[in-house]
Amino acid sequence: MRARRISGIVRPRGWTTTALRGLLFAVLGLFCLYYLVPLIVMVSTSLKSLDEIREGTLLSLPQSVTVDAWVKAWDAACVGVRCDGLKPFMWNSIAMAVPAVLLSTALGAVNGYALTKWRFPGADWIFALMLFGAFIPFQVILLPMARTLGLLGLAGTVPGLILVHTVYGLAFTTLFFRNFFIGVSDGILQAARIDGAGFFRIFAGIVLPMSVPAIVVTVIWQFTQIWNDFLFGVAFTVGDSNPVTVALNNVVNTSTGVKEYNVDMAAAILAGLPTMLVYVVAGAWFVRGLSAGAVKG
Amino acid sequence: MASGITLSGVFKRFGATEVIKGIDLAIEPGEFVVLVGPSGCGKSTLLNLVAGLETLTSGDIRIGAQVVNDVPPRDRDIAMVFQSYALYPTKSVRQNITFGMQTRHVPRDRQEAALDEFSRLLQIDGLLDRKPGQLSGGQRQRVAMGRALVRQPEVFLFDEPLSNLDAKLRIEMRTEIKKLHQRLGKTVVYVTHDQIEAMTLASRIAVMDNGHIRQFAQPHEIYEDPVDLFVAGFMGSPPMNMLPGKLARDGTARAVAVEGNGAPPILFPLPGRLAARLDEPDGHEVVLGLRPEAIFAAGTELPGPDRFVFERTVGVVEPTGPDTMLVFAIGPVEAIARVRPGDAPDPGTAFSFEVDMTKAKLFDAASGLALGARTGGR
Amino acid sequence: MPVSSSSGFRPGQWLERRIPVLVVSPLFALSLFFVYGFILWTAYISFTRSGVMPVYDFDGLAQYERLWSTPRWYVAIRNLFVFSGLFIAISMAIGILLAILLDQRVRGEGLIRTIYLYPMALSFIVTGTVWKWILNPGLGIERLMREAGFESFRFDWLIDGDRAIYTLVIAGVWQSSGYAMALFLAGLRSVDDEVLKAAAIDGAGPWRTYTGIVLPILRPVFLSTVIILAHLAIKSFDLVVALTGGGPGYATDMPATFMYAFAFQRSELGVAAASATMMLATIVAIIVPYLYSELRQTGR
Repeated sequence: MRARRISGIVRPRGWTTTALRGLLFAVLGLFCLYYLVPLIVMVSTSLKSLDEIREGTLLSLPQSVTVDAWVKAWDAACVGVRCDGLKPFMWNSIAMAVPAVLLSTALGAVNGYALTKWRFPGADWIFALMLFGAFIPFQVILLPMARTLGLLGLAGTVPGLILVHTVYGLAFTTLFFRNFFIGVSDGILQAARIDGAGFFRIFAGIVLPMSVPAIVVTVIWQFTQIWNDFLFGVAFTVGDSNPVTVALNNVVNTSTGVKEYNVDMAAAILAGLPTMLVYVVAGAWFVRGLSAGAVKG
Repeated sequence: MASGITLSGVFKRFGATEVIKGIDLAIEPGEFVVLVGPSGCGKSTLLNLVAGLETLTSGDIRIGAQVVNDVPPRDRDIAMVFQSYALYPTKSVRQNITFGMQTRHVPRDRQEAALDEFSRLLQIDGLLDRKPGQLSGGQRQRVAMGRALVRQPEVFLFDEPLSNLDAKLRIEMRTEIKKLHQRLGKTVVYVTHDQIEAMTLASRIAVMDNGHIRQFAQPHEIYEDPVDLFVAGFMGSPPMNMLPGKLARDGTARAVAVEGNGAPPILFPLPGRLAARLDEPDGHEVVLGLRPEAIFAAGTELPGPDRFVFERTVGVVEPTGPDTMLVFAIGPVEAIARVRPGDAPDPGTAFSFEVDMTKAKLFDAASGLALGARTGGR
Repeated sequence: MPVSSSSGFRPGQWLERRIPVLVVSPLFALSLFFVYGFILWTAYISFTRSGVMPVYDFDGLAQYERLWSTPRWYVAIRNLFVFSGLFIAISMAIGILLAILLDQRVRGEGLIRTIYLYPMALSFIVTGTVWKWILNPGLGIERLMREAGFESFRFDWLIDGDRAIYTLVIAGVWQSSGYAMALFLAGLRSVDDEVLKAAAIDGAGPWRTYTGIVLPILRPVFLSTVIILAHLAIKSFDLVVALTGGGPGYATDMPATFMYAFAFQRSELGVAAASATMMLATIVAIIVPYLYSELRQTGR
């Protein structure tokens, strides 16, 4: 995000200005705490033993740090009847997210390119109709999708989830690329067309190399969405093929045995770690994705 | 009446980069001063410093008698017109113009009277209820002017106000700004990169380069007696011809020898008054500055002193309407002569050029400073 | 693919000209089938007597009558209004406040922004898990406050049928207010610097500059932020499942969880389809006019 360039305006000096400035930082600091405390609580709880949790409070720091909860969350926590921890489900999520992100991004790129740079009659209508797909409440397609996956023999499988995420991610990826391509000058493409390059030649040779920012934004957005998805995961997979979000919910909301809050927290951190890492590494791109998701080009 | 503006020892740094490098400038009350220079020379920053939109790094700025270094913009009794016009997009023209009076709690009837007077003056009285988005570029410009004028401050600041207009409108508004200044008599500081705007509007011009003021003088003096090669090259269109050469003798008289490309050097004889002021010895490397209008077709002007005729092959002929420019090679450079359209030859033919050497300028090749100038230094 | 040369190779040219359509068509077909086809299927099912298995005999509005005579549906609708109203209002208020504060030449702005926005990268399931722990009646905030000396402090909203809905607001706002902040900050930063300079010269202080000039310019950002948050609220499913599980009882049910429960747990496909259709109708009423105006602005 670009910084202000009007920072130098001469302001009246004095007591009130200083006080207001102090208040400003106080409020900003308080909100930092508001957003950070849950993370701190999560980490500190995950490093405590169950006894310590029962004796201390939310904010008390672990007296004797133990990673037992992490080991258990990863390797041995019970998800339903199976007690292998989150590990297999993390792999499910990766096996689901990676192909779905790549597929939906690639298709969205070609689609956005064809719809903006090779405008044919009806292209705007097609775009508007496809865009609507990004906003429907997915409850409305759950039932027919479940039946369709059954008919395709993909019910309860990771490939089934890949299909679902690709199909319903397409509207968003198309939107991102359309918004990006609208800003790309038609002149470059016309020059390439006059030089005799065709649809795919221009796409691969000229458009794709220019689109790196759009690709990064789209990949990050799609990865976050797909990794964090719960609805499709819970509706279309069973047991062994659950993505990690569903598995986490099963760990936390299990009704049997002793409540192991430390394991719950470790599991939550594990499930949130990949998207958090993406956010920390590529925060600026993430923000651009968020505002692109706001349909403002 | 209007206030003067005094800058003394003004420096401005953004982080490690120094944008304004020590400027002293005294602007008289009621003056129209134009800051001109290439982009990035610091002229807009200097204007922002006067406005209080940037904070000084060191030095003092006075408006009238008051040191305003720490005075916020609203209390400096200034108004400003911006390059992008900076109209408030959600406010009507009326609200745009009166906003500054509202924030200062000017009584309603006085607001209305001022709005009425200046919207008539600027011929925007029919647009008062429109939003900026519904106006043409020229109309927006007028609204921006109205917003500045209506508060009747002591000082007006203009930041390239005409650069977003088309050529015709630009000339119209230029004239209008000049009329307004003559009528209101307030101090104006006006930033532009357009040297014609500077020449036509200013009572004095400050030519800026790289954070310094190179010359601060009346327009004709800037044009006739530039203090250095930068000012000479920046002001004037087409630009002054700069012929590198060496001081020499033509018989006993002093001259400038301009080397041809292998051809024998041309000796431009220096007028006696200029030669008398030269201390530099023969062989000293100089640049001979000749404005295009000082070179014309031989024999077409009334004869005068210190004329010099030479022959060259015409390279390119560029008619502009009232004059025709002839481009020809001389020494290592290409020069431009301004001739009457009727005198223009065909390209590629030999042509006799006559030079009015009384208008020649001489610069030191090493320092770029004017040699034998009538007025001293910066 | 064949690149036709200047000679009149007709089939190649024909193909060349239609490649864009040929590329878009299958994707559009996917969308038609998986979005519009499925919507039609669901809408149709809502007009049948379908129970455990779909049946295709038209049955009029019977399922809608059943839906609207289900008390649980009313709870879900009421919850949706309470939740989205508070969620949108509070997230917007925090978002605007933080965006304006961050716009005041704050040192370390990048870091602060990162902190405000990171919850958005988390899954609602993770958010729900954390807040479920923090709001835990025995061991969470309640214990914390009691240890701090407030012996009689009670905070058991999570298991209080009348108040549990507000725990969803707390967690939802925590996750999404940073998003609202980012949208507003981007909007603030897109306001022309010269307009702000003009306001400074016109003598407007910070309050007047923001209320009189900047915020009116941001009206489109307000609108899109409300739409996005409303969209999040209506679709909210994961947060409810993770934080309250719809409980206690069905006190925190929302249309999304209601539909899921009737479709996959109670196997009343007809009612589920009817509720999904109602959700769609709500979203359509909000989104379509918005998309229409957006596309008219950004399109050529």
